[in-house]
Amino acid sequence: MAKTRIEATINGEPVEFLCEPRQSLLEVLRDVLNLTGTKEGCLTGDCGACSVILNGRLVCSCLVLGLEVAGATVETVEGLAAGTELVPLQQAFLQQAALQCGICTPGFLVAAKALLDSNPNPSETEIRYALAGNLCRCTGYDKIVRAVMDAAALMRQGQGRASSPMQGREA
Amino acid sequence: MATVTNTSNGTYKVVGTRPLRPDGVDKVTGRAKYGADYSLPGMLHGKVLRSPHAHARIKAINVEKALKLAGVKAIVTGRDLPEGENKSVPLGEMSVNPRHLGHNILARDKVLYQGHAVAAVAAVTPYIAEQALELIEVEYEVLPPVMTVDEAMASTAPILDPELRNEELGDQPTNIAKHTQLKRGDIEAGFKSAEIVIEREFRTAMVHQGYIEPHNALATYGSDGRGTIYCSTQGPFEVRGMSAAVLGISPGSIKVVPAEIGGGFGGKTTVYLEPLALLLAMKTGRPVKMVMTRAEVLRASGPTSGSHIKVKMGCTRQGTITAAHVWLAYEAGAFPGSPVAAAAMTVLAPYAIPNVLIDAYDVLVNRPKTAAYRAPGATNAAFAAESVVDELAERCGLDPLDFRILNGSHEGTPHPAGPPYKRIGFIETCEAIKNSAHYKSPLKGANRGRGVASGFWFNAGMQSVAMVHVHADGTASVVTGSPDIGGSRASCAMIAAEVLGVDVDQVRPMVTDTDAIGHTDVTGGSRVTFATGMAVFQAAEDVVRQLKERAAKLFECKPDEVEFRAGTFAAKSNPSTSITIKDLAKRLPRTGGPVTGRAAVNARGVGPAFATACIDVEVDPETGKVEILRCTIAQDAGKAIHPSYVEGQMQGGTAQGVGWALNEEYVYDSQGRLLNSGLLDYRMPTCPDLPMMEPIIVEVPNPGHPLGVRGVGEVSIVPPPAAIANAIYRAVGIRMTELPMSPPRLLKAILARRAEDRTSPAAAARA
Amino acid sequence: MAKVFIPAQMRKLCGGQDVAVLDGTTVGELIEGLGRRFPGVSALLVEAGDLRPSIAVSVDGEIATGGLLERVGPNSEVHFIPAIGGG
Ligand code: FES
Ligand code: FES
Repeated sequence: MAKTRIEATINGEPVEFLCEPRQSLLEVLRDVLNLTGTKEGCLTGDCGACSVILNGRLVCSCLVLGLEVAGATVETVEGLAAGTELVPLQQAFLQQAALQCGICTPGFLVAAKALLDSNPNPSETEIRYALAGNLCRCTGYDKIVRAVMDAAALMRQGQGRASSPMQGREA
Repeated sequence: MATVTNTSNGTYKVVGTRPLRPDGVDKVTGRAKYGADYSLPGMLHGKVLRSPHAHARIKAINVEKALKLAGVKAIVTGRDLPEGENKSVPLGEMSVNPRHLGHNILARDKVLYQGHAVAAVAAVTPYIAEQALELIEVEYEVLPPVMTVDEAMASTAPILDPELRNEELGDQPTNIAKHTQLKRGDIEAGFKSAEIVIEREFRTAMVHQGYIEPHNALATYGSDGRGTIYCSTQGPFEVRGMSAAVLGISPGSIKVVPAEIGGGFGGKTTVYLEPLALLLAMKTGRPVKMVMTRAEVLRASGPTSGSHIKVKMGCTRQGTITAAHVWLAYEAGAFPGSPVAAAAMTVLAPYAIPNVLIDAYDVLVNRPKTAAYRAPGATNAAFAAESVVDELAERCGLDPLDFRILNGSHEGTPHPAGPPYKRIGFIETCEAIKNSAHYKSPLKGANRGRGVASGFWFNAGMQSVAMVHVHADGTASVVTGSPDIGGSRASCAMIAAEVLGVDVDQVRPMVTDTDAIGHTDVTGGSRVTFATGMAVFQAAEDVVRQLKERAAKLFECKPDEVEFRAGTFAAKSNPSTSITIKDLAKRLPRTGGPVTGRAAVNARGVGPAFATACIDVEVDPETGKVEILRCTIAQDAGKAIHPSYVEGQMQGGTAQGVGWALNEEYVYDSQGRLLNSGLLDYRMPTCPDLPMMEPIIVEVPNPGHPLGVRGVGEVSIVPPPAAIANAIYRAVGIRMTELPMSPPRLLKAILARRAEDRTSPAAAARA
Repeated sequence: MAKVFIPAQMRKLCGGQDVAVLDGTTVGELIEGLGRRFPGVSALLVEAGDLRPSIAVSVDGEIATGGLLERVGPNSEVHFIPAIGGG
């Protein structure tokens, strides 16, 4: 099948890739760009393991076509940390033991980032609804919710960066 | 943080603390490699053709057209697998029947469930492999499906496996693979001495483990006759043994490299894709990668049994249980092997009951072959028994926890299967709930109720190997063969650090492949921190013993004159001559070379686990929806090595129990086709469905383990369905006897109750 | 003499008895003794020189790892129970 050349900004870097019309953004990330941090759990938009931020909006990358990201900015779990320095969300997930198997963790981190980018002081209920699209089968969510609350508090106190150093983001 | 625990780390320096997990950074940065993240140059992609029918004879398979498609490299069917022996052989956690295992990997003469694998294709892209599937022609003779245990046990039922016989029926074909019976005392006399007898019947739906990561395998095969399988599994040695058995090759020719694993809960203790990927790699000489879709996971990988359960229990008016009769029939799926024997052994385990009769049936139905799921068999059974226990307590006018404490098993109580318990902590879990802020708090409001229930799980020992290497800088690495699903690398590193008297960040744990370590059984049965932890403990002690010899050389004394405390060696005779592990590590080359500690165990001293849950619910009487308001779970961990991950297991198991209770179920049409093979309709709990979950870690040390560990992975899933059923009863006065207690089912019961109240004045008065 | 508890489904071969008191220093010897007293029983417990994979043995309240070779003491209590797997 004919491939199309796509240019996009991924985790702050300009990226070019060839993409088949049927390939999802998730496939492009994982199989073409070797960014395997974004996970596949269902391919139907029901688990959130594939969550990425596309032009500032949280999306399931399994439901976006690779062709659709031409000219867009994409943020994945690999772009969260600034070099070797973890952002507060990542630190809080570790400190709260908010992961067990860890397969859902990239999706939760990205979804939580999308929440905190728009709402720096969410209530427990707001966190729970913002994460409703992400399934975790290991933790029962308790420690994940606490980690997001902790990260929000850390960020409000100005400890660590308020957001990851992504560039070119549109609101 | 409001997490309540009563753990104390007592004399320990590391055990009982909460360090960051050693594999954590990789997992929050996306660097951790799970099975599906592996790729190899020249890799082909494999896909599986699956049966559209629940029950059919395969008359012919024609792969000619598919093979002609450009890019298709190989196609295999059931005829490409050797016919395995039709008998149980010890392999893996339980015994395995090689014929059944092979037929489940690729159907041979019959397909036995919708989704049963019929053929597998390897092609240069996944798309071509998918296209090829459509070109394979299979001629089926469709047979009537048998979907429930009741249908399957009827004498007129269509037979799934004409060769299946059971010991009791002699030469008569049957769908009942096995009947297990446990019996103690005199059941009739027991019921005669009862003043209150309750008899109820329950049904539970088939449910899936629901791990977020689908099954995957990447296999290579070289001209040296050696294969390698990279996959996400709970049991690399089981994958090796089972793949070898299915392919008729020697286990030693296969190396299994365990990738990070995205959840298993028992479902990844067997094989599906692994032998297929290896077979396709053998045929093509190229690496072959296979990943299931979610629909394949739900249709064709091990769910756990739906069941039909009858419980009759009697007690005196003072509340002493005198007799219990339990009848259990569990769906095995397409091949024998439901966890019904475990159900029989767990169903009454929390109680000291003198007269017991338990009958358990393992029944074939046209559904996927079941696989282990967290405390396999126990949850369905506890839903039934703990609902009846709740009713008995109510009839006696006793608090349900007091009723449990009154009848509770303790040290010396014979388990229903016979042997007496050693030290256990069942009553302690009931008392922990009784003393909890949650249980002491009032619950006000209409349609609200509070329920409690308990659960039991055996835990497991089995075989583990561990090595501890001391490095020149004084750090150590801990190598095991136990895949880490929920933090066991952390607990293993902590155990080694405790013994070595060093900080935990001086110890690096890793999980290695089947060539690099001795036989290690599955990560399952809550056994890793117990048994692999025991091996790590002993391997670290082995290091200490060797280091004492080295220190003795430096101190010019005998090894038994060297004392070791808090990471420092000193000569007893001359305490001023001391050396830390760190400094001693530098001296290893000149005192005899590297130091490696080893231990291999077939662990004894398994300590069973009990849990008791308290759950508050609110029922919406207009929709039948149940909201979980508050949830506390007390569990006996023996000793919590890393309390955060113990809590995590408790919370995660409870959440799965809530899903099982309220929403999850396999829904089939009359033809045996699964109607909800996606995560939208197979409804697992989401974040807004649950409240915070309050774990209470109870520590009644297991005398069989050097640190008192019991194992914590499983038992927390057992109590929630019954606790929720009991809470619903207190909220709306209805005893639910079917799982899931989903909105339509509960609403139906509420409406039936209303209709009854309208027509019957007596019932109205009762209301 | 060790006390061997007979599983419910084997009791009909043992004249309804649920306990047998037997001499032996290993589980294997106890099973042999049981088989001599009640023909047919040992075949239900042993296959190809090992405990059947579907059966576990408990000696003095602990699951034994030694199979037929497991040592038993003069006052040991031995139970045969279904072997099960965890998740
Ligand atoms: S893989 Fe995209 S939502 Fe599940
Ligand atoms: S940590 Fe395993 S699915 Fe969330």
